[in-house]
Amino acid sequence: MEHISPKRTYVLVWAALMVLTVVTAAVSRIDLGPFSTPVALFIASCKGVLVVLFFMHAKYISGKTTYLVIAAGFFWLLILLFLAMSDYISRAWI
Amino acid sequence: MPDTYNKLFSMHGQVMIFFFLIPSVPAVLGNFLIPMMIGAKDLAFPRLNLLSWYLYISAGLLMLYTIMAGGVDTGWTFYPPYSTSFSNSNVVLAATSIFIAGFSSILTGLNFIVTVHRMRAPGMTWSRLPLFVWSNYATAIIQVLGTPVLAITLALVGLERIFHIGVFDPKVGGDPVLFQHLFWFYSHPAVYIMILPGMGVVSEIVPCFSRKRIFGYSFIAMASVAIAVLGFLVWAHHQFVAGISVYSAMIFSFFSYMVAVPSAIKVFNWTATMYRGKISYTTPMLYAFGFIGLFTMGGMTGLFLAALGLDVHVHDTYFVVAHFHYIMVGGMVMAYIGGLHFWWPKISGRMYPELWGRLAALIIFIGFHLTFFPQFILGYLGMPRRYHAYTSEFQILNVLSTAGASILAVGYLLPMVYFLWSLRYGKLATDNPWAASGLEWMTPSPPPTFNFEETPVVTWEAYNYDQLPQEVPVGE
Amino acid sequence: MGNSRTVVAKRELRHHFSDLEQQREASSMGMWVFLVTEIMFFGGMFCCYLVYRYLYFHAWVEGSQHMEFWYGTINTVVLIGSSLTMALAVRASQLGQRKLLVLLLLLTILLGLAFMGIKAVEYHQHWLNHEFPGSSFDLKKWQDAPHVEMFFVLYFTMTGFHALHVVIGLFAVGFVAYFAWRGRYTAEYHNPVENVGLYWHFVDLVWIYLYPLLYLISHRHA
Repeated sequence: MEHISPKRTYVLVWAALMVLTVVTAAVSRIDLGPFSTPVALFIASCKGVLVVLFFMHAKYISGKTTYLVIAAGFFWLLILLFLAMSDYISRAWI
Repeated sequence: MPDTYNKLFSMHGQVMIFFFLIPSVPAVLGNFLIPMMIGAKDLAFPRLNLLSWYLYISAGLLMLYTIMAGGVDTGWTFYPPYSTSFSNSNVVLAATSIFIAGFSSILTGLNFIVTVHRMRAPGMTWSRLPLFVWSNYATAIIQVLGTPVLAITLALVGLERIFHIGVFDPKVGGDPVLFQHLFWFYSHPAVYIMILPGMGVVSEIVPCFSRKRIFGYSFIAMASVAIAVLGFLVWAHHQFVAGISVYSAMIFSFFSYMVAVPSAIKVFNWTATMYRGKISYTTPMLYAFGFIGLFTMGGMTGLFLAALGLDVHVHDTYFVVAHFHYIMVGGMVMAYIGGLHFWWPKISGRMYPELWGRLAALIIFIGFHLTFFPQFILGYLGMPRRYHAYTSEFQILNVLSTAGASILAVGYLLPMVYFLWSLRYGKLATDNPWAASGLEWMTPSPPPTFNFEETPVVTWEAYNYDQLPQEVPVGE
Repeated sequence: MGNSRTVVAKRELRHHFSDLEQQREASSMGMWVFLVTEIMFFGGMFCCYLVYRYLYFHAWVEGSQHMEFWYGTINTVVLIGSSLTMALAVRASQLGQRKLLVLLLLLTILLGLAFMGIKAVEYHQHWLNHEFPGSSFDLKKWQDAPHVEMFFVLYFTMTGFHALHVVIGLFAVGFVAYFAWRGRYTAEYHNPVENVGLYWHFVDLVWIYLYPLLYLISHRHA
């Protein structure tokens, strides 16, 4: 039997996403130097996690297969980004 | 003349890779066999499968049109800035054709993954799956994760060529090597898309004609997944001399050595399966022998290429050409033809003529060596690839290679003829002419529309040859 | 026996599945696997973005300063709002609430159209400001031209493909809204609504990353 979230859950998640949007916009106005990028990505990832878990219902799906699929997708993206960047970053090291 | 040659090897590469090697086993054998092997009535998404077929045909027609319109001369690798700014050939047409074919491949992969996860018959656990299913499952993972990157990369080349929105354009700071990173992120794993299904075929043929349970089932299954995963970590070994950093090159070289290990495990396990087995030298088994030997040779020469220092000398020579033809033609094509022979009775309900089968296999084997072994020597001696002319010192080996190709052609023609012949005149096939294990052999040849009269319930392990007849009924 | 809803649901059972549950699980998994291919498709562009941002950070800062902060922020709010309406629509389909389902799907489309409208205005302004890559790009007004042109190359490529996916999503939601209105979906069978929902949320997810990466790079704005 599939899980049906109460309306409240969706509205609360939406509110959290709105708050995080305001936060990321506000934080971007502060000069954080090299930390601006990681902070921005971190906040975006928080929003992303909320969307995946609650709007896309991943929290309530039975079985591990879906998690495996989602994890694989992000992991493979990281492989591409990480290994490609490793070339460019290490070019200056000689 | 140079232009024509450039177009010839470009079209040869594109057609062979995207329209033959990548789709062949999954589309021809996988679509047919996987539902049967897991005890299902059909794939999870039959209509998506049909879409995949229509996409393949459309892409193929577009590629044929591209060839008739003059082809492309960029190599199958489409490197910018030549492909984006300087080539006067049909880059966008070819790229579009491959883009569409890529989606055909993605849909096949998607279908296989969901099918294997969700459609297995009662009792068909993961550890009872035939290794052909495991191989195609691993292939499907690569298709789903890698092909989209090719899609976006080709789209970006198209954008640059048509709208001058130049992601790789040096005038705005673009880096052609970035294209190479994105291109090879797909195209290296693509070679595992090509070879893994062939390994799956071999894993079915060898136990049957050794009358023995396969040696190291779980290792072969895990090796398939390991190849799929590790295969994504090696791509820049195609770029060792392109200007990437030497530290990055070292990482990719290291992983390139590692990815050879699971393949080696498979070769050892197939060999161990044959040890003390009761070997029948049927046509499929001859092709399996060919695969194991030639794939091993091709694979080991890959390690030569993975060595940074050595690659400087043999990169872009005929050594590379020989390396991948050993694996793809000596390996993959042999596995494909072997698989066609093995499952021909199931697909068509007829037996092919066994003696002609063995003769063709022998001709292919001889023709293959004559064609491609000289190319290793040529490459080592320094003959570059993708050049329309060569100096006289390379003449004899080139002529030998061409002679070998004519023999190969005869070998390939023979099955085309006798398979067709067998459809009308071949001996009628029983359900299980090879006394092989596997659910596909427990249903009529050819199978009914929904594969089984009743959904099977599986209570036995895979490759239960200890419970099957000790003799292969046909093929003496 | 069984009410008309169950009969409708049974009619939707495809022959090769043993029951609706297996069909739903297969259908859902298929959609998730497809979304993974979309992650990798956009991933290629994120890779280009990341590489060039590393190489030309000052050009990225300069380009981002000339992005219209409010267009980006309002669009973020609009798209997340459409995700809310979409999630509520899926919920309505789970409860068999046909009228509510159609209303929420139409609201989702409305918000999606608003997103596209704002994007169109934004693109038009960039075009007028000679910020569109190619021969019309005005190199003279930038400190770090031509690399700033690369920023805009990536901006238009990434938001362009994203917009394309929004348009496809609008069609998909439209189809589902039509069939919902015709009574095709019940509490027992509503796979297409769920799957289109997953797709729509994914499109939102991509924008959630595009927004800070394109609009919020610099703490100063032009």
